[in-house]
Amino acid sequence: MGASWGGLNAYSSVLGALPDGFPAAIMLVQHQNASTENRLAWLLARYSRLPVVAPEDKERIRPGHVYVAPPGYHMLVDADETIALSMYRAVHFSRPSIDELFFSAGHVYGKKVIGVILTGANEDGSEGLDYIRRRGGLTLAQSPQSSEAPAMPEAAITKGSVREVLDLERIGPYLAEFLIGLRDE
Amino acid sequence: MEPRPAISDEQVQVEDIEIRLLLEAIYQLYGYDFRSYSPASMRRRIMHRLTMSGFATVLEMTDRVLRDRQFFVTLLNDLTVNVTEMFRDPEFYKAFREEVVPVLKTFPFIKIWHAGCSTGEEIYSMAILLEEEGLYERAMLYATDIDKNVLAAAKKGIYPIHAFKQYTDNYRRAGGRQSLSDYATARYDSVIMEQRLKRNIVFADHDLATDQVFGEMHVILCRNVLIYFDRPLQQRVFKLFGESLDMGGFLCLGTKESLRFSGNEESFDVVNRSLRIFRKRQMRPNA
Repeated sequence: MGASWGGLNAYSSVLGALPDGFPAAIMLVQHQNASTENRLAWLLARYSRLPVVAPEDKERIRPGHVYVAPPGYHMLVDADETIALSMYRAVHFSRPSIDELFFSAGHVYGKKVIGVILTGANEDGSEGLDYIRRRGGLTLAQSPQSSEAPAMPEAAITKGSVREVLDLERIGPYLAEFLIGLRDE
Repeated sequence: MEPRPAISDEQVQVEDIEIRLLLEAIYQLYGYDFRSYSPASMRRRIMHRLTMSGFATVLEMTDRVLRDRQFFVTLLNDLTVNVTEMFRDPEFYKAFREEVVPVLKTFPFIKIWHAGCSTGEEIYSMAILLEEEGLYERAMLYATDIDKNVLAAAKKGIYPIHAFKQYTDNYRRAGGRQSLSDYATARYDSVIMEQRLKRNIVFADHDLATDQVFGEMHVILCRNVLIYFDRPLQQRVFKLFGESLDMGGFLCLGTKESLRFSGNEESFDVVNRSLRIFRKRQMRPNA
C-alpha cells in the first residue's frame, strides 16, 4: 500500500478494519522526511490488531505482519521474501517511494500481490501499480472523493492501473473479505 | 490509451537471466563484482538505466556495455549508490563521541577503516570529530570504496556550498564544538575541506565482494553499504570485518542494518543498539 498526504488517517482506517488472523503480509509506504526513527510504525501499532514492524534490512516477510518503510529508505521485496532497503535515488522526490515497492513486489509475487493506492498529492505509485496489474495482481485505489488529497489515486485511475475504486472505509473490509475468502477456499 | 500488455512469469524469468548475464559481463570485462548484490535493488537500478537510455531489453544494454566503456561508466554510476552527507545521522556521531571516543583515548594508536566511503563526506566528518577530541594526531584513517571515480572526488574533498547548510546543522546536532566553516574554505559555489584534515587519511580502492582483510583496525565504519548486498555476501563481509578488527574494536553500521542476520552476532557486544555500534568480544581463554 502507498499513501502520501493524509496517509496516517487512511492507514489507521484500513489497518483498524483488519481482523486477527489476517492471512497476508502488509507492506506500506508513507511519504515522509528522512529520520532515524520510524515513528509511523509506532503510531500505527495503536490502530492495528496485527503486529506492526519497523523493518531492518533482510528482515523476513511474514504473513499477518505489517511492515512500515523506514523514512529515508526505499523498501523492496527480494526474491527470497526478505526486505531489501535501499537509498537509491528518490522517485517523485520521495524516498521511500511507492513505485519502488510496487515494482519489486510485482516482480516477486506476480498475481499473488494486491496493490493499494491511498490518498496523496503526487503521482508516485501509479507506474508501479500498473506493473502489478500487468503481472496479474489485484489493484485497488481509494476513491478520490474519500481522499484528503485525490491526486495520487486519480493518477493511478487515469493510467488505467486500477481494478477497483473503493471509499476509504471499504478498503480494510474488502481486503479482509477477499483474502480470508481465498484462504478458506 | 491502450493498456500495456500483461507480463508473464516466463518474461520475468527471462529478464532475471538477462540481468545475471549483464552482471557476469561486467565482472569479466571490467572487474566490478555486483553478482552478489541484492537482486531487488540491482534490478531497480538496471531498469532505471534501461528506461533512461531507451533500450528494449537488458540483453541489448549488455551488448552496449561490452563495446562501450563510456556507457559502462554511466551505468556504474547507477549501480553504485553514492548517497552521503557530512555527519549523516548526527545522533550516530554524538554517540560515537560519547561512547567510543573515551575508549579510543586509552589507545596509543588508532586505526579506522571507513569501508564504502563514497565521495568522502563522512570520513572528513570523522577526521573533524577526532581533531576536536585530540585524537587525530595518533589516528590513521583508511577510506575505501569500490568505485575509483568517487574515490577521486573524496580525495579532493570539494563539496557544493548549497549542501553545507544541512551539514552545518548536522555538525551542531552531532555535538560539534566549533564551527564547521573552521574546517573548510568557501570558493565560489564550492567548499574545500582543509588540507590538514587529510594528512592522516589514506584513500584506496577496495571491493568488499572480492578483496581481503584490511589490517588490525580499532574501528570499522560501514554504514548503508551492506543493505545492497545479498545475505551470503553480507555474511562474507561480516566475517571479513571480524577478522580485520582488533579485539575490543568497534563496528559501526547503518541504522537499518543488523548483525541479526549476519551469522556472526555472538562475536560482538552491543554498545548502542539503535545507532548500531558494536564491539568485538575479547577472546575467552579456553576452559
